[in-house]
Amino acid sequence: MILKGENILKQYHHHGGLINALDHVSFTVGKGDFVTVTGPSGSGKSTLLLSLFGLIRLTSGTVFFDGKRIDNISDKHLTDIRKKSVGYILQSFALIPYLTTIQNVMIPLALEKIARREQIKRAGEILDYVGLSDRMEHLPRELSAGQQQRVAIARSIVHRPSIIMADEPTGNLDPTLSLEILDFLRKINQENKITIMMVTHSPVAAEYGTMKLHLNEGKIVNRKS
Amino acid sequence: MTISKLVLIELWKRKSQLITGLLAITLGIAVIVAIQSVSIVSEQNVARNLDNLGANILVLPQAASIDDYYTSDIDAPTLPMDYVERILTSTIAGVDNMSPKLTRRVKVGDQSVVLTGILPKSEIASKPLWQSSGLMGAELKTACAPTQTANQSHGMEDKKLQRKAIDTLYSEDCLVGSQVAQRLKLSANSKINIVGKEFKVVKILSETGTVDDDRIFANLKDVQTLLKLENQVSAIEIMGCCNAISEGLLGQLRNILPDTRVTTIGQIVSTQIETNQLMKKITLVMLIIIFFVGGISIGNYIWANVNERKREIGILRMMGAERSTIYKMFLLKALILGVAGGILGFILGTLAGVILGPYLAGIIVKPVYLYLFWSVLLSVAISLAGSLFPTYLAAKFDPHSNLQED
Ligand SMILES: Nc1ncnc2c1ncn2[C@@H]1O[C@H](COP(=O)(O)OP(=O)(O)O)[C@@H](O)[C@H]1O
Ligand SMILES: [Mg+2]
Repeated sequence: MILKGENILKQYHHHGGLINALDHVSFTVGKGDFVTVTGPSGSGKSTLLLSLFGLIRLTSGTVFFDGKRIDNISDKHLTDIRKKSVGYILQSFALIPYLTTIQNVMIPLALEKIARREQIKRAGEILDYVGLSDRMEHLPRELSAGQQQRVAIARSIVHRPSIIMADEPTGNLDPTLSLEILDFLRKINQENKITIMMVTHSPVAAEYGTMKLHLNEGKIVNRKS
Repeated sequence: MTISKLVLIELWKRKSQLITGLLAITLGIAVIVAIQSVSIVSEQNVARNLDNLGANILVLPQAASIDDYYTSDIDAPTLPMDYVERILTSTIAGVDNMSPKLTRRVKVGDQSVVLTGILPKSEIASKPLWQSSGLMGAELKTACAPTQTANQSHGMEDKKLQRKAIDTLYSEDCLVGSQVAQRLKLSANSKINIVGKEFKVVKILSETGTVDDDRIFANLKDVQTLLKLENQVSAIEIMGCCNAISEGLLGQLRNILPDTRVTTIGQIVSTQIETNQLMKKITLVMLIIIFFVGGISIGNYIWANVNERKREIGILRMMGAERSTIYKMFLLKALILGVAGGILGFILGTLAGVILGPYLAGIIVKPVYLYLFWSVLLSVAISLAGSLFPTYLAAKFDPHSNLQED
């Protein structure tokens, strides 16, 4: 077990009423799992993904990561866990527009204050791994969508996290590129034993999961593994 | 990659935006530096020149200003030499010493120099009338100093007294100021032709840092003859007793010397002090304005920058950047802006002073490098103060809501 949620509740105030974006969700993710989270739009997928490591504060419920409770720890502590152990991939790539490919990939290492030489070495290796060693000095806008998402993937794994949280990573890509990215994520999952939790609304993408959660109106209505 | 490097790259990639952010603070600092560099020089100039007078009362022709007295243009007005005798023969008490002078700008070769005719001590002493009125051994005294500031500053008293009380200056001899000597390549015993008359340089005066460095001193009689201004002088410098001045010496002098301006150095000094104080007040007001305008303008720029980069802040927070990192990012940027504004302001202000000083205030302004330090310090303080609040808001942003924005 690497990640576990118990009775997770997230409520939003909306037009005077309360919305249960996550309605008492419980789940357990094992080390090395490839979890896919599916469900219709507005079912709470993103909320679940982003709330587990504190990007969204939960209303109630407990979260365990690596055997430690993390739902009640300080913001600073959660930030530290994200920095060291979590990699995020978003639908919109979330690259920093004025930084080159390699600079973007080095950011997580910069946050960990890793020495320059080591940063260049590791970012170079990872970019090689994702097939972008000939695009190191390009700015995001000079790359295709698929290339940008590969930069984002490189950035999410460069600091060797134990889990990757991906929110619709193929949502902005055409089917061929999507498959390429999905194969890539599977490769990372299998070769590097990095746990992946991926939100998607694509049935094809969902097939990559070794464990599948299906959400509806904030509740887990189906789980398969 | 480091967060500092990220700040530098962002700054560089969006450098055109910088200009607007920096404009107010740079101009503000520039104005202060310009005012300060000009006023410090004029302050020094006036202090030095007055210091150098060695007298506390100045009798000038009615039409002359204190500036004429220094610039000595060709058509500067004069007053009759007889006035010296008139003072001596009057019943006015309290005149300890007098020095009539005739000053004119003349050409020597192709160079312009100021020729000043003075009476040496020996000649003053040789006049029976002057002896009887107690002016023997005309060593100017500063016992009755015009003001503390005018005479105590610069430590030039000794030199001044030496020079003012020149023992002998024979006809056809001259004393040459250090700058003139340099310009005309003169040394002791060289000959020099001034307006058609040959003079022998008896001494090169040591540098004083005043207008005197640019002057040639000759016997008053010679100068009067040479300039065809027989019995005319540009000014009479008087050493009056302080008590007598406060008891109305000036008024008495005015009564017997028609068409003259009789002023005390104290008046000139206090006018200058008032001007300086006004300048200081203006500078202070400017400082306050700049603090607010500059601070708000930089704060506004940082706030716009924060908003533009909301998403980026969200991404960094997602990747594990702490709030303190966000603080560091924007405050470092503000610091760089502050340093740049200070340096640019200093350069601009100094240039303005150096270029405009001679036109507007008639003085040579030199860069005051110490102001660079103060400019940067001030600019950084303003920039950081203005950026603190927008940065605080940036660090408080909810990472998630900013990630969603697209
Ligand atoms: N900041 C918010 N304020 C109010 N309601 C929100 C907010 N964010 C999400 N919601 C609501 O929570 C629910 C789940 O949203 P989300 O997790 O983004 O869904 P999904 O990713 O599955 O499409 C939706 O009904 C959405 O409207
Ligand atoms: Mg979503």
